[in-house]
Amino acid sequence: MARTTISSLFGSSPVRPLQTHMASVQECIAELTPFFEAALNEDWKDAKAQQKKIAKLEGEADKLKRKLRLHLPKSLFMPVSRRDLLEVLTMQDKIANKAKDIAGLIIGRKMTFPDTMHDKLIDFVSRCIDASKQAQKAINELDELVETGFGGKEVQLVESMIKKLDSIESETDKIQVKVRAELFKKEKDLPPVDVMFMYRVVDWIGDLGDLSQRVGSRLELMLAR
Amino acid sequence: MEFGYTFLAMACVFGLFMAWGIGANDVANAMGTSVGSGAITIKQAVIIAAIFEFAGAFLAGGQVTKTIRKGIVDAQLLSGSPDLLVYGMLASLLAAGIWLLVASRLGWPVSTTHSIVGAIVGFAAVGIGFEAVQWVKVGSIVMSWVVSPALAGIISYWLFRSVQKLILNTDNPFHNAKRFVPLYIFLAGFIIALVTLLKGLKHVGLETTTVQNFGIAVITGLAIMSVGIFFIRKIHVDPEADIDFHFANVEKVFAVLMVVTACAMAFAHGSNDVANAIGPVAAVVGIVQSGGEVAQKTALPIWVLILGGGGIVAGLLMYGKHVIATVGKHITELTPSRGFACELAAATTVVLASGTGLPISTTHTLVGAVLGVGMARGIGALNLNVVKTIFLSWIITLPAGAIMSIIFFFTFKGIFS
Repeated sequence: MARTTISSLFGSSPVRPLQTHMASVQECIAELTPFFEAALNEDWKDAKAQQKKIAKLEGEADKLKRKLRLHLPKSLFMPVSRRDLLEVLTMQDKIANKAKDIAGLIIGRKMTFPDTMHDKLIDFVSRCIDASKQAQKAINELDELVETGFGGKEVQLVESMIKKLDSIESETDKIQVKVRAELFKKEKDLPPVDVMFMYRVVDWIGDLGDLSQRVGSRLELMLAR
Repeated sequence: MEFGYTFLAMACVFGLFMAWGIGANDVANAMGTSVGSGAITIKQAVIIAAIFEFAGAFLAGGQVTKTIRKGIVDAQLLSGSPDLLVYGMLASLLAAGIWLLVASRLGWPVSTTHSIVGAIVGFAAVGIGFEAVQWVKVGSIVMSWVVSPALAGIISYWLFRSVQKLILNTDNPFHNAKRFVPLYIFLAGFIIALVTLLKGLKHVGLETTTVQNFGIAVITGLAIMSVGIFFIRKIHVDPEADIDFHFANVEKVFAVLMVVTACAMAFAHGSNDVANAIGPVAAVVGIVQSGGEVAQKTALPIWVLILGGGGIVAGLLMYGKHVIATVGKHITELTPSRGFACELAAATTVVLASGTGLPISTTHTLVGAVLGVGMARGIGALNLNVVKTIFLSWIITLPAGAIMSIIFFFTFKGIFS
């Protein structure tokens, strides 16, 4: 049965797929907590299992990303700009990629962080996961935003969510400073190459928070159109 | 007139075939929006369409029928040879009917209106003579094809903006939906009733003054509104429904409104599109009954309107319901709060055109209305390629209808004279 004029007028909305993608990203980076707990205890068998799980979830998010991109032809007329939407998708996907990179690097080099850093590192990771969780919360409001036609109370609600996201992100920045300071204290006693990569891991964890914040700011741009 | 009854029988068969085709294919576009939004089931859609398509055709279909019947071809030129007009009208019906059948089989976007207008212009310009076409009238018809989607778009845009302002973007959308939705119901009933009355219901024996018309329209609107309020009162907030999507309960209130606009849409469609099938029939009937007179002062016989309305309903029941189901499945993104704005805007535009006697495409008007809501950032994703296919369908359908009707015209001429 051929489609009629009216039925072919309606494209499939990208909102749900975008939310599904973010959910899968969130599932992926949430695994970083058990991974770090295992890795810091030097339980490499468990850590390896966690890392595999993260890589698998990252792959799933990747598939969702590609599927959504293929379903966004230029002829689609949406309440949000196509560019902003693709940008949000890219940012979301980068969060999962980063999580995979972090786990991969730690496993690959069997990195052992100084004991004094452990608590701060766990705190740092979990706060960054909080940031992406907050980003997900804001993305989950997108269908309500479309329903209200991007106006009124709903916009205020999302704006307050993004504000909270920003404050979580700046908190992660502060934790990052402390983690680096701790590492700086110990670096003279550690092999220099290891220290180099430790700094890199700390940077990457910080990136998780930054990327989450950028998801939020792209969403904010969508509101403003 | 020689072969008078043969012509009459042919006209009825061809007209019924065309009306059947409209019911089978075209109605789905008008009703699918309601089904897709979940406001009504397919069964309800079929019942609503059957009743209101017929009512629209019968009560408000006269004006456009008149245009198709004698607005496009200059009958004065043909007073010496009424048979030519008969051949032409029969050829147009057959051409448009076959073209619709072929094109919808192949999945091409076609408009019944464009097919029939193209066919009539074609046989008149080539078969009779270039001056036989009332080009000014044809020009205004073509203009209306551009204006009607634009007008529907503007109306739906503002309707939806008002819904945002009054209901969706307030502190308590559910409460405000219950408060304001009845007003939209009134508006729908009032507008459709008023336009129908203003255009006149003389053919059903009802003659009214303008003041009376306004009075009746207000009463109709209020009556429909109170039925609506009765159903809206029964809706209570279901907290379960709002967990995933915060506006689920609000949409339930709009669903009541959408039942009303679905009726309006079916009425509007019937009032405009029935003419595509029965306009030519009416022309043939007029000539044959007056014994070969082209002037056609005789009024449109009511049975012709009933024939058209009945044909549409038959097509709908036999085939159209499947198409409605398919359309409905594809447009689930359209929630009742937008669907109603689209339908009310399109129905208003179409009924206005019906009142003015302009044959327009209901489907294209509805597309315009949907785009209007899209402009107000109300719909997740719209495929703009459809606009391209609409223009393409104009370019293809008009000549296709014309060429086929020219061929049939000369065939009939060869057979009967």
